[in-house]
Amino acid sequence: MADPFIRIEGVSKKFGTFQAVQDVSLTVAQGEIFSLLGGSGCGKTTLLRMLAGFEEPTEGRIFIDGQDMAGVPPWLRPVHMMFQSYALFPHMSVEKNVGYGLKHEDMTADQRKARVAEMLELVQLTPFGHRKPHQISGGQRQRVALARALARQPKLLLLDEPLAALDKKLREHTQFELMSIQERTGVTFIVVTHDQEEAMTLSDRIAVMDKGRVKQVGAPTEVYEYPNSKFVAGFIGSITAFPAKVSALAGDVATVQVAAFQASVQARAVPGLNVGQEVTLAVRPEKLVISQARPEGENVIAGQVKDLAYFGKDSLYRITLPSGELISVHSVNAGRSAGGRPDWDDQVYLSFAPSAAILLVE
Amino acid sequence: MMRNRIAHWLQGRGYRGVIIGLPYIWLLLFFFIPFCLVLAISFGSRTPTAPPFGYGGDHPWISFVGYSRLFHDDLYIRAFLVSLSNAAVATVLCLLLGYPMSLALTRVSASWRNILLMLVILPFWTSFLLRVYAWMGLMGKNSWFNGLLTDAYNLLTPATWHVTSIPMMHSNFAVVLVMVYTYLPFMILPLYANLERLDPVLDEAAMDLGSRPFRVFLDVTLPQSLPGIIAGAMLVFIPAAGELVIPTLVGDASSPMIGRVIADEFSSASDWPMAASVAIALLLLMVGPMMLYTHYQSKAEAGEEP
Amino acid sequence: MNRRPVFLITVMCFGFAFFYIPILSMMVYSFNGSRLATVWGGFSTKWYVSLLSNKQVGAALLLSLKIAVTSATAATILGTMAGITLARFRRFKGRTLFSGLVTAPLIMPEVITGISSLMLFILMAKFLGWPSSRGFTTVTLAHITFSMVFVTTIIQSRMLQADRAIEEAAMDLGSKPWAVLFDVTLPVIFPAILSGWLLAFTISLDDVVITSFTTGPGNTTLPLLIWSKVKLGVTPDINALATLTVLVVGCGVALAGYLLNRSEKRREADARLAYRAND
Repeated sequence: MADPFIRIEGVSKKFGTFQAVQDVSLTVAQGEIFSLLGGSGCGKTTLLRMLAGFEEPTEGRIFIDGQDMAGVPPWLRPVHMMFQSYALFPHMSVEKNVGYGLKHEDMTADQRKARVAEMLELVQLTPFGHRKPHQISGGQRQRVALARALARQPKLLLLDEPLAALDKKLREHTQFELMSIQERTGVTFIVVTHDQEEAMTLSDRIAVMDKGRVKQVGAPTEVYEYPNSKFVAGFIGSITAFPAKVSALAGDVATVQVAAFQASVQARAVPGLNVGQEVTLAVRPEKLVISQARPEGENVIAGQVKDLAYFGKDSLYRITLPSGELISVHSVNAGRSAGGRPDWDDQVYLSFAPSAAILLVE
Repeated sequence: MMRNRIAHWLQGRGYRGVIIGLPYIWLLLFFFIPFCLVLAISFGSRTPTAPPFGYGGDHPWISFVGYSRLFHDDLYIRAFLVSLSNAAVATVLCLLLGYPMSLALTRVSASWRNILLMLVILPFWTSFLLRVYAWMGLMGKNSWFNGLLTDAYNLLTPATWHVTSIPMMHSNFAVVLVMVYTYLPFMILPLYANLERLDPVLDEAAMDLGSRPFRVFLDVTLPQSLPGIIAGAMLVFIPAAGELVIPTLVGDASSPMIGRVIADEFSSASDWPMAASVAIALLLLMVGPMMLYTHYQSKAEAGEEP
Repeated sequence: MNRRPVFLITVMCFGFAFFYIPILSMMVYSFNGSRLATVWGGFSTKWYVSLLSNKQVGAALLLSLKIAVTSATAATILGTMAGITLARFRRFKGRTLFSGLVTAPLIMPEVITGISSLMLFILMAKFLGWPSSRGFTTVTLAHITFSMVFVTTIIQSRMLQADRAIEEAAMDLGSKPWAVLFDVTLPVIFPAILSGWLLAFTISLDDVVITSFTTGPGNTTLPLLIWSKVKLGVTPDINALATLTVLVVGCGVALAGYLLNRSEKRREADARLAYRAND
């Protein structure tokens, strides 16, 4: 197995008494789009800055393409960053901004000009080369920042909350643009974001962080469908979770007793379970099927509709369970008529496949 | 080889070293050391040597004579009192005149504001000395201004009280008047900066809840401008207390201000230790106001709560 | 607020009258034919003529300008460094002392700064042999010290407002710290540096107290010349000088205001351009 392109080994960072990053170890493959996802204060930005060289780890080492980055200042690293505020040089034109880093490359003036033109074309800003940053729009400024960071063809590009400042429409457009540029240039991207939708759409793999530690690393589907903890399950997408007790184990099917349902249901077993163990059962709202007639199958719960919100293409129900607790159900409105859809105070049945139920140990 | 090492250092920690070091060394050399000298000399004794101070020999190594004279000799006590009171009165007057002016500047329309701000700044950039001089012209016995005031005074008073001219020069009144004149921009600028940063939405919220404009001013504007008031007041009070030029030109020579006393002790009396003692005493008095200034100046700039 | 604030405007008018009546009176009397500064003796420009041909005034003005330019330039360099230090370098040994050294001259009475500087120079002359005589050098050194702290305040506040990410971006793209300083940091804060220079220049040109302590015989600056004349009373040639000063400064301020106004208009135009370029 080839040495991974980026290797972060046991990295910690302490500011005075505050532990910002605690014993993080990650590997990133070349050409991957990798996201660091977490809320504010989780350490993702600090980790990014350590990759860029603006902070040095208190412990641990960082390797980029096999080279140990300890003590290497930012201006010598093969890493470039797209800053959250874009940080364009206000007194330089777009062209000068994009070409700024090139003077440290061994190129002739003509080669530099050609590279700048190439970059401007990549981000579709060719006619705006002579303008200054305050003469172009926010979305365009971001593209200049991207072109500037890519001009020197870095091995690694760091993106700090790239979509945070954009409005919704621009955000979707930029997301796809970023992915296509990455594909064309083949540069490894590491993105920092607090927006889980952003992470899910952009990335090949995500690292979910909380309080300075990495909670789970995996592809979006893996992190979404197979979260390893209550934190990750709750952070990505929505979920309702209940305490449960393992009553039986048969191969990869576990039977758990859930007090909230006042019933036993079957769920996908995770390794290391014991009978009698206290666990958490979690189900995503879209995995629950709501119906007014009792369906066939193992996992059926009775309940009453307490609240419903109609969004047009889908509806969100909040169902009161036998125990009095609430569970959320998300249902696509496949049919056109209102008849057949549950209404307030209706008695309904919820069912779900055993494979859709997640058992969480922590 | 050496050049390479210096170049390498310069790029790394040397950058910080130079940027921090150069101004630091300069200030240590030309500001801190002189200050320490003054402190040291204040404990010396007056000698007929050149420079006129010394330790030991006929005199004690550390002499407190200077400091004790400050407390016993009427001259110094009076000088301090006069200085502090003049400075205080000037500060209050600057505040009373400057606050409404600053407030007015924030309320006028944008096109007027630029011109008016320029008109406020213009005297600030003109020579300080010439501004004092301008008032000397007006206050003199034979000036048109004095004549106008005299006529007005004579109009309003019975014949037995009539005067040929109003004696304004060479008095504490003149000193305070000229101080207000020259220091007013120092009050207006920080006040204006503070007031400009206030959010007018808060005024509107107060009015919406039933307060009339004057109440809004008392409840909302005034408390928020407190940092600016204090910063401006200190910016006037502290230099005014130690003023030398104004009292020399228009002040009463028989009750000099402390700046004058320091200069006289130093030059005419050639008593360096005494001058140093008075200077240190003045500085000690100003420590409190200086700390007030630094504390409130940053708040005034940020527009925060006092 | 739609209501015109009558009270405030009245006070403001009074305030401006207070500011300008003395100056205007002085300007008017500079054309006074009579020698008595307080009695009008017909319109005359003779004081201007005598002023402009006065060699003493010329020499003093030249000296003042030389000192002002030198000290302003050095003060700007040192003050900019100090401002950058305070804004960017959060932790270093002796930072509190440095902060204090930078704030103290701003509010200390000038007479104390003056005698302390003089004491330093006299003692230096005694023990080190230099400076052997006081004049241009000593005055300039004292002026630099005094005015650099004003520049520091301006630069520090400007640096705190500037986006630090720009400097990081330059480093990220390969520039070492000194290159970042000259490529990015200084150009961006250039207007602040310019106003710092102007302020230091004005402070130096105008200074009386510190100059009087630190200068020596034969080296009289313009303010000192005026000071010695004015101590004797009001004279009409000073009126003329004052009028000229006010006019020169007035033009300068008006020019600055016009330039600021123009750059503001240009910024608005650029913002509109940016808005329309939206895709």
